[in-house]
Amino acid sequence: MSATTQTAALAGPAKDQAVARRLGRRRYRINAIVQILCVLATIVGLAFLASILLTLIWRGAAGLSITVFTTITLPTGSNGGLLNAIVGTLIQTALGTLIGGPIGLLVGTYLAEYGRGSVMANAVRFVSDVLLSAPSILIGLFIYQLAVQPFGGFSGLAGCLALAVIVIPIVVRTTEDMLQLIPPSLREAAAALGAPKWKIIVQICYRAALDGIVTGILLAVARIAGETAPLLFTSLGNLNWSIGLTKPMASLPVTIYQYAGSAFEDWVQLAWVGALLITIGVLALNIIARLTLRGGRH
Amino acid sequence: MSSTIQQMRSQQGAFGGVQAHVLSATNEPRIAIRNLDFYYGTNQALKHINLNLPDRQVTGMIGPSGCGKSTLLRVLNRMYDLYPGQRAAGEVLMDNENIISSGVDLNLLRARIGMVFQKPTPFPMTIYDNIAFGVRLHERLSKSAMDERVEWSLTRGAIWDEVKDRLNTSALGLSGGQQQRLCIARTIAVRPEVILFDEPTSALDPISTLKIEELIDELKHDFTIAIVTHNMQQAARCADQVAFFYLGEMVEVAPAGEMFTAPKQRRTQEYITGRFG
Repeated sequence: MSATTQTAALAGPAKDQAVARRLGRRRYRINAIVQILCVLATIVGLAFLASILLTLIWRGAAGLSITVFTTITLPTGSNGGLLNAIVGTLIQTALGTLIGGPIGLLVGTYLAEYGRGSVMANAVRFVSDVLLSAPSILIGLFIYQLAVQPFGGFSGLAGCLALAVIVIPIVVRTTEDMLQLIPPSLREAAAALGAPKWKIIVQICYRAALDGIVTGILLAVARIAGETAPLLFTSLGNLNWSIGLTKPMASLPVTIYQYAGSAFEDWVQLAWVGALLITIGVLALNIIARLTLRGGRH
Repeated sequence: MSSTIQQMRSQQGAFGGVQAHVLSATNEPRIAIRNLDFYYGTNQALKHINLNLPDRQVTGMIGPSGCGKSTLLRVLNRMYDLYPGQRAAGEVLMDNENIISSGVDLNLLRARIGMVFQKPTPFPMTIYDNIAFGVRLHERLSKSAMDERVEWSLTRGAIWDEVKDRLNTSALGLSGGQQQRLCIARTIAVRPEVILFDEPTSALDPISTLKIEELIDELKHDFTIAIVTHNMQQAARCADQVAFFYLGEMVEVAPAGEMFTAPKQRRTQEYITGRFG
């Protein structure tokens, strides 16, 4: 066998060793160039990220004190804090996720499990994708028309609704993607035991896709925790202490927006602190979720 | 609840009870396939299949890829119902009931006719819950009765000794061969009458394969078994009767010994001697 191949190779056209060496050197050069470009791009990207984070920590940490967490926003010069904004952001982010998350989860389940390939599912997926990339200020205006104007005033609830509308398409997309990654054989195995479809979805598919679904929800939380535009027309912001859902409600992003552009040094300082808090919060959320998921795995 | 356990124990020896004995004594098939046609859309995948699955015997199904043997297996537990556009016509009789008619409760049917797949498919949960999942679908058991059922089925699946100390760890941590035996145990736990094996060892190493074959040999005392395989030696080792399929038709069915020594049809002979396929 090997003898015949050898004969065939000898009988064929001869290889020009000089050309082969030249091509080999060329490949090494191109590889080196591509590698350098990749490393450079990584360094540039990381540099921006590091610069943002370091500035944030540098400027934000300078203003960190216990009064930030114990005092509400006060007029300039009165040593105010961010308590009402922090609580407002927590409430609106939590409620927005609680409203939008389950809806997104169910829509994603419909797309992946029940409507797969149907005209209706394709239409829903298209609308959801459009919503995903819709400017968030439009969503704010939409909720303004729906839940602010008819009731005659800005409210925390309207803010929650606007954030929920942002959460839905993110969770829809990740849920559908994750459910579609589950091999059909797993569904068949459960069906072969006599499991009805809803049980296959809830007890097998959700469990198999848990990582991805939770990650999707976390992405959504991280996204809405920093949203400003949809809140400007809905919960508006509130300089006083208010946790009533029917009244205007403060939030960190809106307070940052208002304070950062002000002429007062102590307000600008508080804006830096607020930005640092949002960043730390989102980061902590991600780390906690990762640790819990890893803990549940083994 | 304790009566359930006793009943279960008594069936460890002679599964299926007295009635099954009577059936086998009269030589009545557990499943009788009559004039079965099957279509993927407009493409006919099975043509006029007539085949009996004798009670508590192993029926091997062989043939080249695409010949319809796996399709036939998926008709028997109505797995094709999961996919629109697939349909069957004809009769598949079990206890004088046509199980491919539209009125059949699929979940009950699948509890009676279990299936083990080519690739091991452990659920992403603990070993214990993998077994309990199927049982909970059809029965309400106390904690202790469930514990017994889990031990019983893992023992029957020849994997109890390997997992008894780690029942509450994830099933995904088991090796491929162990996962497949877990899947067999999971199928047994529901206490079916028939078990369908769809190339159960083609993703496994030789030693795991041997264990599964020994297990099938052991299980046929209590269950009626159908096994699709690409491995002629496996069919010869495991099966009591072998059916050869080609291009959607069943060419020949015969006792295993006869099939591999003196096949009647030329196509069967060519296939088992490796001239095509």
